Amino acid sequence: MLTPVTDAAGAPFWEYAARGELRVQACGDCGEPRFPPRPCCPHCQSFAAKWRPVSGQGRVWSYVVPHPPLLPEYAAQAPYNVVVVELADAPRIRLVGNVVSRAGAPLGSVDPGRLRIGARVHVVFGDGGLPQWVLA
Amino acid sequence: MTGTGLKDATAIVGIGQTSFARRLPEDEKTLACRAVLAALEDAGIAPGEVDALASYTMEETDEVELAKAVGFGDLTYFSKVGYGGGGSCATVAHLAAAIAAGQATVGVAWRSRKRGSGPRPWTDTTVQLPTPAQWTRPFGLLRPADEIAMLTRRYMHEYGATRDHLFNVALACRNRANQNPAAVMYERPLTREMYMTARWISEPLCLFDNCLETDGALACVIVGRERARDCRRRPVYVHSAAQGLPAQHHGMVNYWNDDPLTGPAWTTARHLWKHADLTPDDVDVAQIYDAFTALVPLSLEGYGFCGRGEGGAFTEGGALEIGGRLPVNTGGGGLSEAYVHGFNLINEGVKQLRGTSTAQVPGAAACLVTAGEGVPTSALLLRS
Repeated sequence: MLTPVTDAAGAPFWEYAARGELRVQACGDCGEPRFPPRPCCPHCQSFAAKWRPVSGQGRVWSYVVPHPPLLPEYAAQAPYNVVVVELADAPRIRLVGNVVSRAGAPLGSVDPGRLRIGARVHVVFGDGGLPQWVLA
Repeated sequence: MTGTGLKDATAIVGIGQTSFARRLPEDEKTLACRAVLAALEDAGIAPGEVDALASYTMEETDEVELAKAVGFGDLTYFSKVGYGGGGSCATVAHLAAAIAAGQATVGVAWRSRKRGSGPRPWTDTTVQLPTPAQWTRPFGLLRPADEIAMLTRRYMHEYGATRDHLFNVALACRNRANQNPAAVMYERPLTREMYMTARWISEPLCLFDNCLETDGALACVIVGRERARDCRRRPVYVHSAAQGLPAQHHGMVNYWNDDPLTGPAWTTARHLWKHADLTPDDVDVAQIYDAFTALVPLSLEGYGFCGRGEGGAFTEGGALEIGGRLPVNTGGGGLSEAYVHGFNLINEGVKQLRGTSTAQVPGAAACLVTAGEGVPTSALLLRS
């Protein structure tokens, strides 16, 4: 499985996730949240940033169900779902992830037929701190 | 020169291409040389007169290799445009700008690619594609098809677009390919039954929503309008040209701004029409970048052929077919002629305005050509 190839701006997200915390980057001056993380604020150009905890509640904004050809470890779990989740407390922050049956469950553990745009989900953390989502 | 800026200041006077196939025996460099020399022959211009080049950053044959192989003269302008298929029309736009500004006189744009027999870029797990891969690829959103399928499902949800609308796009392209002996799918008709029962690639996109995987190369030659009058073929003028990278755009994974469904086409279109004497109503035929069917309705909206959310409905009633409201991809497009990062759409636009397309729109005088939507993109408005 592919692990996140992080950059300087994104690394804190993964460090918090490894501790079971979902946090998003926000401007240290004007407070505007932004995703993906980046070196400065596109609203006020400040380089100050803070990592704001979020509730981990969200709704499915869209989803796909990939089928092979895929990389071998993904093909072995296909068809699986990939979702974009819009966070309840920061609606323009949307995270790509997977809806699974429970924390640490494989990608294909939920029947894609159960998914709908607008479905409520909440975050759990899988192996290695990868954020996952379960139906609320 | 008349007009201002780029408007009709330059023309495409030569086009060339290799054959298209899933696998061609020659390497990309050889294919590039063949397409470029064919385009110069078509124009009646000697290789030694070429002084400008433009291609894609993903092009593997670089300027030095091409120039020394085919015998170009001294080059004074060379440019490469990023973002994969989003750069197709920009290659011509950069040459048009260079020639209009006096930096060069004879420009060649080209693309050579063995995407049919060569590797799929998304299978490379060491080199990150120019997307924010850490946020998407670990979760199995691996391929461009997956990334665009995500936007497609949201688009269908918000506006009621259906798989039949996507089929209308696939069918129009296939029907035109069935008229084009050079098209990979020349002898392969498509039916609704085939489409609706095809295997999934990334739901909601099926096999026929995805472009071909093709080996092939194409090129075109651009000169100033005065020179164009003396060339072998009827000039096809670059009436307007634009690139577009919208504010807060995120590439093919454009999930992180206020309005992910208004992509780079919208930005590009504003500049394109602002500098044109024409409106969308004046366009006789369009070559819309079609790596995936869903890019066509999104582009129809962006370039102003219909309103927001109306792109799916626009495809109804044979609108995209010959005789319809807006015939598109008249050589078969990336879905059914060849997928060479959209360069075949440029050459097909030229053929339409010369009156030599295998699916000719009678009296076509204005053609829109677009590049990859969903990534920083570009477009050309061509006129005869």
